[in-house]
Amino acid sequence: MMIYLQLFFEFFKAGLFAIGGGMATLPFLYDISDKTGWFTYGQLADMVAISESTPGPIGVNMATYVGFTTAGVPGSVIATLGLITPSIIIILIIAGFLKAFKDSKYVQNAFYGLRPASAGLIAAAGFSVFLLVLLDLDAFAASGNFADLVSIPGLILMAALYYFTAVCKKTKGLHPVVFIAASAVIGIVFRFGGV
Amino acid sequence: MNQYLDLFLTFARIGGLTFGGGYAMLPMLQREVVEKRGWASEEELMDYYAIGQCTPGIIAVNTATFIGQRTAGIAGGIIATLGVVFPSLIIISVIAAFIQNFADLAIVQNAFAGIRVCVCVLIFNAVVKLWKKSVIDKPTLCIFLVIFIGSAAFDISPIIFVLLAALAGILLKNKEAAAK
Repeated sequence: MMIYLQLFFEFFKAGLFAIGGGMATLPFLYDISDKTGWFTYGQLADMVAISESTPGPIGVNMATYVGFTTAGVPGSVIATLGLITPSIIIILIIAGFLKAFKDSKYVQNAFYGLRPASAGLIAAAGFSVFLLVLLDLDAFAASGNFADLVSIPGLILMAALYYFTAVCKKTKGLHPVVFIAASAVIGIVFRFGGV
Repeated sequence: MNQYLDLFLTFARIGGLTFGGGYAMLPMLQREVVEKRGWASEEELMDYYAIGQCTPGIIAVNTATFIGQRTAGIAGGIIATLGVVFPSLIIISVIAAFIQNFADLAIVQNAFAGIRVCVCVLIFNAVVKLWKKSVIDKPTLCIFLVIFIGSAAFDISPIIFVLLAALAGILLKNKEAAAK
């Protein structure tokens, strides 16, 4: 019983103080490892890798994994509930507040500035994935050859996906998961990961 | 269908089909929540994302709570959030129990290298849609560019950008009103 309470409390803390997305929970996980010895840094690195290569929010995946490693299926549920409880409480309060003040000029004017900011932040996140996908800086640094810098297959797939998701009228209405599944198959067939 | 069940299943689908964290969820949210069900507008989705960035917790969870609350009150907020984490619980528990070296498997690495390309394109398309709704004049263009470049080039917390942008919005509109 104690371990469940402790799991809930530790992840509640991570959910309360980690601001700005899944990876922000990582320092809290290191802290839990130091304090409790439930898992090692090495195990944590594996958990991060798996959380990034499975569907779902990365922070939730990590909480589930740590909870499972520590205390089985009940542990995974409790750690995840601990992580999301602060979010639920805080967002419900803010949502109520917004509803009450949605006609306020200040709230509306703040959103006038927030919306392009939100678009800019998302664009920057997309740009970092873009660099990760298209540029192989390690290979370039090793060979000094510009042909190694840009991933040609990645570029071709990207152009094709853009055509099918945004230009071609017949296919652009398809559910995004269709394109994700197709990309996974292409990645496997053409060994995009290089292994 | 029961509204709560619909919320749970929709967010479970979104959680189970999102690869790569909160931003990658955006194209799914646009499709499922804005276009198919009309639970929120494109603008509201942007507002929730902006608030989700500067409040504690995971962006995906924060956004789910917001949309659920808006659609069906407090219970809706809780149910949507449980929906979005449900697939993670199942998938991760299965992997943790049976496949220790999941991330090292060649098939997983290759599939994810392909998926990353797709996520990149889907985010680009999502940003184009958001751009049309949010960058409506010169001041909003400035805010977009400053934050895009600032966030892409420097390691600065998004909280600072979000707070500055909200302040800029209030000040710009005040100035506009004063000029009239």
